[in-house]
Amino acid sequence: MRRLQWARRVWASGTGRFGVIVVVVIAATALVSLFWTPLDPQRVDIANRWAAPGAAHLLGTDGSGRDILSLLMAGSRTTVLVAVGAGVIATAIGLVLAALGALTPRPVREGVTVIVDILIAFPVLLIAMMISAVWGGSLLVVIVSVGIGFGVNIARVTRPELRRILRSDFVLAGRAAGLSPSQNLWRHLLPNVAPVFIVQLSWGMAVAVLAEAGLSYLGFGAPVTQPSWGLLLADLQRFISVHPLSVLWPGLAITLTVLGFNLLGDALRDATDPTLSRGSAPRGTEPPAAVTA
Amino acid sequence: MIRYALTRLALLVLGLFVASALIFTTLRILPGDIAQLIAGVNSTPEQLAGIRERLGLDRPIPVQYGDWIGGVLRGDLGSSQLTGTPVVSELLQKAEVTVPLGILAFVVALLVALPFGVLAAVRRHRPDGVAVSVGAQALAAVPVVWAGMMLVVVFAVTLGWLPAQGFPRAGWSDPAAAFRALVLPAVTIGVVEGAVLLRFVRSATLQAMGQDFVRTAAAKGLTRTQALLRHGLPSVGLSVITVLGVQVAGIMVGAVVIEQLFSLPGIGRMLVEDTGNRDLVKVQGELLVLTGLVLIIGFVVDLVHRVLDPRQREAE
Repeated sequence: MRRLQWARRVWASGTGRFGVIVVVVIAATALVSLFWTPLDPQRVDIANRWAAPGAAHLLGTDGSGRDILSLLMAGSRTTVLVAVGAGVIATAIGLVLAALGALTPRPVREGVTVIVDILIAFPVLLIAMMISAVWGGSLLVVIVSVGIGFGVNIARVTRPELRRILRSDFVLAGRAAGLSPSQNLWRHLLPNVAPVFIVQLSWGMAVAVLAEAGLSYLGFGAPVTQPSWGLLLADLQRFISVHPLSVLWPGLAITLTVLGFNLLGDALRDATDPTLSRGSAPRGTEPPAAVTA
Repeated sequence: MIRYALTRLALLVLGLFVASALIFTTLRILPGDIAQLIAGVNSTPEQLAGIRERLGLDRPIPVQYGDWIGGVLRGDLGSSQLTGTPVVSELLQKAEVTVPLGILAFVVALLVALPFGVLAAVRRHRPDGVAVSVGAQALAAVPVVWAGMMLVVVFAVTLGWLPAQGFPRAGWSDPAAAFRALVLPAVTIGVVEGAVLLRFVRSATLQAMGQDFVRTAAAKGLTRTQALLRHGLPSVGLSVITVLGVQVAGIMVGAVVIEQLFSLPGIGRMLVEDTGNRDLVKVQGELLVLTGLVLIIGFVVDLVHRVLDPRQREAE
């Protein structure tokens, strides 16, 4: 199986392994936090406010005595939810737009391509604020806006790949052997664009994590009752001059997660693209910067 | 060249149209009865009728869109629903903070990305080159708001060199204080965006080093670094120009968050406030200006790239 080969190559590169480990740890933390956190993340304990990191509170407590480690663990649920939700929406939008841009008659195809090129100029944060202005901010808005923003990106990268494979011998052979267009799509086209696609998805999830943090910080993401790394940053920022250390933890959690997804994406790119073995990436395959939130 | 410029211009106009139509649809049509939204639940039918008339909501949608765009072309983006101030005059006033902030951030990003990106490529097998690459990878993953907080902790709280928040009430009539207020915010955005740009510069430099003309120059007696600096850098510069449009978008998004963190009275903070207040007319105008700016800069960048890159001219 080719897929196992990429997996092995990703694991073999140090940075790829780091990415895999980080992503697995975050996902596992989110799962564990459903059943167990060291303390109840929302429990207010005024007597122990701003406790220093120690045995009772590994990372200390915040201004209302909530355990920061527990808050971070519970917050990872929000992060994973947004990353996965945005990934699903981006996949749907990206595949549909890429298929429309590659497989339809020429006028439709070119129209879709131009629209995608235009939509790509919309930063995710502005899409999110546009929707928030009408319906108010929520995690759903974050998920949908990152999904749209990233779906468009995926479409732009996947479409040429789809065109290229469409002209390849095995697809022609499939057609000659009597496969219907949709059979050909499932059997030959999708498996072959999967590598490009998965790389984009990994980078997209990094952007989703940043966007969730940024938008929750601004007050357009997670509701105040829900633990979120971005909200925690906003909370702790108010006391930054007195308790600067506490701000360190949520920021580190976000950075580590984003780094994990980025490195995983890089490693997947290197593992699936044989032309990149010299370590120099051609233009356009770097993580898209437009959507940094 | 002229043909390319005209095609690209047509694409820009189409882009501006699509952007404005999307913003209009989302903010004017999708909310349903926008008058009800503005007036609130306790409004009388007379108030609703008044709002509908003032905003022209009783007319067909294409006419409403035409009115809006007509106003935009005359430099009129409407007025705030809450305060009645014209959107354009407020945008111009806030631009006094945001434009200098963006330019400063951009300069910082270039100062970070260009020298260190080339260094990371040339010395990629040495410890310092590897350290720069690793550092850029890590910095590019840092949320800009947290980077700002860390800089505040070090340079404002601990060292006390620069203000942690705010912008002088006197604005630019006190240039030193205004500049000091923008240093930390600009460095925050610039360093994070610079780390992203650095990775492009590094891969562009690596590509240039593999080019025949750089290798030939090296073979004719220049050192590899000399060959790269003299013959390779122009092509690095060209690759970097292509991502400048993307960088501008990144800086803009950074400014939205960072103006909030540093309490700067700029366009980003205004957008956050208006979004929170659901001042739809203002949000509509602000979003159009911001996305329009991204599209126009993309257009200019493409034209400049076309003019500077001989390979593209020959392709015609």
